[in-house]
Parts: sequence; structure tokens; C-alpha cells
Amino acid sequence: MKNNEKTREIKLDYLARVEGEGSFYVKIKDHEVIESKLKIFEPPRFFEGFLQGRSYSEVPDITARICGICPVAYQMSSVHAMEKICGYKAVGFIDKLRRLLYCGEWIESHALHTFMLHVPDFLGYPDAIAMAKDHKDWVEKALYLKKAGNDIVNILGGREIHPINVKVGGFYRYPYPAEFKEVKERLQKAQEIAHSAAQWMATLEFPGFEFDYEFIALHNEGEYPMNHGHIVSNKGLSLEAETYEDHFSEEQQPYSTTLHTWLDGERTVFTGPLARFNINFEQLSETAKSLAREIGLYPVCKNPFKSLLVRMIEIFYACEEAVRIMDQYVFPGEIDDHVKPKAGVGRAATEAPRGILFHRYEINERGIIQNARIVAPTSHNQRIIEDDLRRLVIQFEDLNDELLTERCEQAVRNYDPCISCSTHFLKVNIERE
Amino acid sequence: MKKKKLAVWKFASCDGCQLSILDCEDELLTLAAQIEIAYFPEATKTVIEGPYDISLVEGSITTAHDAIRILEVRKNSKLLISIGACATSGGIQALRNYVKVSEYINAVYARPEYIDTLETSTAIADHVKVDYELRGCPINKYQLLEVLSSFLHGKKPSIPDHSVCLECKLNGNPCVAVSRNLPCLGPVTQAGCGALCPHYHRGCFGCYGPKENPNTEALALYLTQNVVDNHTMLRLFRNFNAASPSFSKESKNYEKQ
Ligand code: SF4
Ligand code: SF4
Repeated sequence: MKNNEKTREIKLDYLARVEGEGSFYVKIKDHEVIESKLKIFEPPRFFEGFLQGRSYSEVPDITARICGICPVAYQMSSVHAMEKICGYKAVGFIDKLRRLLYCGEWIESHALHTFMLHVPDFLGYPDAIAMAKDHKDWVEKALYLKKAGNDIVNILGGREIHPINVKVGGFYRYPYPAEFKEVKERLQKAQEIAHSAAQWMATLEFPGFEFDYEFIALHNEGEYPMNHGHIVSNKGLSLEAETYEDHFSEEQQPYSTTLHTWLDGERTVFTGPLARFNINFEQLSETAKSLAREIGLYPVCKNPFKSLLVRMIEIFYACEEAVRIMDQYVFPGEIDDHVKPKAGVGRAATEAPRGILFHRYEINERGIIQNARIVAPTSHNQRIIEDDLRRLVIQFEDLNDELLTERCEQAVRNYDPCISCSTHFLKVNIERE
Repeated sequence: MKKKKLAVWKFASCDGCQLSILDCEDELLTLAAQIEIAYFPEATKTVIEGPYDISLVEGSITTAHDAIRILEVRKNSKLLISIGACATSGGIQALRNYVKVSEYINAVYARPEYIDTLETSTAIADHVKVDYELRGCPINKYQLLEVLSSFLHGKKPSIPDHSVCLECKLNGNPCVAVSRNLPCLGPVTQAGCGALCPHYHRGCFGCYGPKENPNTEALALYLTQNVVDNHTMLRLFRNFNAASPSFSKESKNYEKQ
């Protein structure tokens, strides 16, 4: 970092505790940002390339490997897209179990992000382990919470990372209700933890930073969105996954390392927990709503730093929802979850912990994939992260470099960018001056 | 006694294997008390300079830059342990090794000229000396804890090297190949998952990679004669360990037929 009177450069060479690796470069002159680059160095792995020629039945297992932190999201978007092509609609209990699986991933992923990555930023610790020296109680509770989420994925999916039980059509093996007994108890306690954690986190200091974002999220009247809904925004957007590609485009930029998503060629969007909350507040349970109100959180919340609180609300909700689903679940008598391939194109979007995850596949009559397209939440948020950083360095220009750097890191973390989950981040050389 | 310094490195991967460390919810704080986490960007901002006593390496080598970076990691590490299918065999991204990588680039990117990548995805051991390999996509976190605690105490880790098939027998799973007529790579796949897939009524698709001296030929012959077509056979060997020598070799027999 160097400082002179007029020009100031800030570099975050390594965004620690972002799942993946990246760097941000910004140059300020006369209170204006004259150059900024958010770089991600993630070697491309070409999932969309090698999906060609694979079978429709393999997508949940293959696309899970895009991201070890939210494999369930990839499994969900992929099976829904395939089932649309084949004209199959999962029956009620399968749909519910899928929602349960998603609850597990949301809890696990949000607990990891809030307690182990984001709260240490707010409190000025380098990591959760260092934080444990002063806040052991919270770190232990966080691990308890995280484990509750992982337990769901474990039972239903076989293991936490890259579950093996999801198939196009449903599940390979359906659990017996008795298998949920222990995790149900754990979840009830986890929900209490989430409740008190939300109250605690609300007392942290949130930078006064707001913007009139275009939030996008799935929405359906019946429930807080996970697997279903159309894509809507607070600025009037409303479309089905089928027409997603008519409106959202990805752009590869020479100066940048990632594909940036645009809405209608010019609009920048914001996806993730804060967007979900703002658009679907009414669909939360009464208890989750009143917890939100209690900690001063109302839609439309325009402060991205408050995503931290929204994640706690979502954990709280997901614990409650998971127990509800388990309580209603009975072992299915007859199961017809067989899906026969059919030639066609199918698209689906689901709500990954980090926001909208879009998949599109074309398969032939034998179910062999002709082409595939995957747009991860982090691609959707790429532009808005960079915009936020640009606004932030100007608003907090008076901070010294060290504090401003910390602020920037914290702001990137608002989006919980899971860099691995972008299927097409590019390799770059880092410019160092 | 001075705590041993641990570093965790990422190459081309999904982050799942290193996440296994943070998934050790019950053991994490105890582990952190025994070891100094000196470099682990996914979990901490702290960066403590090398050399490191133990380096865990996740991911495969897919770029020229990474091919150099791994040499640095090796130089800086007393003990280098590669974790997961990506690091031990090139991972699912090694499917590029069977095509011209430009085909993939064109399928994914509008401006291929900006993409800088190698023709192949290769295991860490293809580049540097590796002291221990832990398999799986993802690794089993309990095996990781066993490996770490063994090396911390100067012991040899006790990780079974038999097959998934044997794990099934030990667990009393009925054989899915026989009872459900499913294709299963259990007989040729290294143990470690506890025969998870058969327990969930599906065949093993080899995510732990080949066991030592696997008889892939006999298994493939049996499966293609009784259970699956050649294309399915090919795809089964070409998953997360597609570039492991024995799976790669056997898969080639089913390429054109
Ligand atoms: S081996 Fe599998 S789980 Fe591990 S990093 Fe690679 S893709 Fe992820
Ligand atoms: S694919 Fe095979 S090795 Fe992997 S979890 Fe399933 S049974 Fe185990």
C-alpha cells in the first residue's frame, strides 16, 4: 500500500476467509475512484464443458463438485432442470425432503459464514479460533448449530459434503422417521441458539451504508423460497426460469477475472439472504418475523452489512422448518420416482445459501447431455460487490489504509462469495505495484 | 513443546476437502489447541511465514502458475499431505485430459483468448514428492483427523487399504450388484467412506479412487456382460478419479466400442 497526497491505492491481495481466493484493487484520486478491479484467481474447471456427453442421471453427483460448501444447491438446481425436461414432477413427500435437505445446507453454510467468517470481522479477530479465546461460548454454540445443519444433510444425503443420496426423481433411499429423532432434538436447541445469537449480533456495530439495490430472489406465495418460485425483484422484475436467459447475460471482461451478470444488459442485481428476506418477508414463519422485528430488521433493508442478521433469521427459520417437515414425514408406502429421459431443454433456479443458482441443460432422447449452462450466485453478485467497494472507499475515505482495508474485506464478506462455486472464474496474474 | 505449524493450500478444487477440517465440529477446538494454524486462508486472515511442519494440499494442478506454486509449497513444507481426489488423481477436472482443452474453453467462454490453462489436470504427486495421500471426493474427516494426529505423534496413520466391497461385507450390507443388479465399483475402489452408496441402495461410483492392484478388467467385463452398456462403463471409470492410472487404463477399453 502506498499513500501520497492525491492518489491512494488500496490492495487486498488475499481476501482471507472468502471461500476461494481473490484480490481487490482500487485507486482513488481527488475523492473519486479512478480504477478498481475485483480479481478472483480460481483456475477454471470447465464443468459445462465436460457435462457434454454425460448422462442426465449423473448431474447431481457431478455438479455437486463445483462447490464443496453448497453441493446441495447444485444438486437441487440440476435435478429440477432435468425433471422439467422429462416432464416429471416430484410428489409431495419428495419435495418436502428436498426442502429439508436444503434447510440443512442453509443452516450449515450460514453458521460457517456468520460465526466463523463474518463475526470475526465485526469484532476484529483474524478467525473464529482466535475469537474463541474471548467468546468460547459463542464459538461452541456456533459449532453446535453448524453440526445440526450438517446432521440433516448427513442423514438424508449420506454425508455432509457431496451427498450421495440425491437422484433425478427423488432419493436413492428414503429415511425412516425414527432416524430423525436425535437431530430433531438438536435442532430445537439450535433454534434457541439462533434466537439468542440474532439478538447478540444485532448489538454489533453496523457501518451506516445503504444503497437502493435491485434485489432478486425466488418468490412464491406458499413458502419462503428454496426450490420453487419465479424470479422477482423489488424493481418490478418477474420471470420464470424458462425466460431467465432472455434477461440475464454474462459478460467476460478483459480487465476482470470473472464473468459478470447483467440484467437486461445494464442493471446490476443483488442476490442472497438479504434479497430473499426483503422479497419474501411475508413468507417467513410468524416466529421468524417477530424475531426479525425484535432485532430491528424490516423489509426493505438496504444495508448489506445486515446480511449477517438476515442469515441468523434464516438459520432460525430453517431449524423450525426442518423440525416441521420431520414431524409431518411418514415413511412412504409406494414410491414411483423413476424418471425416463426425453429429448429437450430444461431450466431451473433454486435458492442456494448465497442466492439464485441457475442451471440449463439440453439432453437427447437417451438422456445424454448436449450442452449445459450454470450461473452461480457469485456471478450474479460480482458487479454489485465491486460497486459496493467503490462506494465504500469513498464514504470511508478518512479511515487509514489498514482500517479501510478491513472495511472492504468485511463488505466483500456481506455477499459470502463462494469463489469456487463460480464455474467460470478465470485465472489472472496479479498486478502488484 | 512448540506447536507444529500447519498450512492448508488450495489448487483447482471445490474447497470441499479443506472444508472437512471445519466440519470437525466436535474436534476443531481441540485440534486448534494442539497445532498452530499458520496458513489457511479459507479460515483465517493470519498468515505465519513458513517453513511449515505439515502442509495439507487440496486440488490439482491445472495452470502454469500453479505448477510453480506447488514447488514453493513443497520447499516450504517438512511434510506434504495431499488430500482428496483432486490432489491425488487430478479430480473431475481431469476429464479434460481426454479431450482438447480448447473444446471445453470454447464451450464455456465467449473470449477464449483470456483463458490461461494447461492441457491436463494432474495430481500433486506428478509434480513434487508427496509424503502421504488421503483419498476421497471428499475425504473422510475422521481419516483426516487420524492422519493429522498420527503425524503429530510421529506415527504411521492407520488407514485401511482394502476395498469398498469389503467394507460392505464388514457392515453387513447386502451386495447391491447381486441383489439389485446395479453397477458397482466397490470391488476396485479404495475403502474409506464406510460403503456409503450401497448402504443408500446405489452402486459405488468410485469417488475414493482405485484400491491397490484393482482387478478392473474382471469387474468391467462382468458389469458390461450383465448390468450396463459400454458407455455407462466408460463413464463410471471417468468420474472424480478419471486420471488415476488404473481407472484411466480400463476406461480406454470402453472408449470406442
Ligand atoms: S476431491 Fe472432491 S471434494 Fe475434494 S476438493 Fe476435489 S472435488 Fe472437492
Ligand atoms: S462412490 Fe463409492 S467410494 Fe464414494 S461414497 Fe459411494 S460407495 Fe463410497
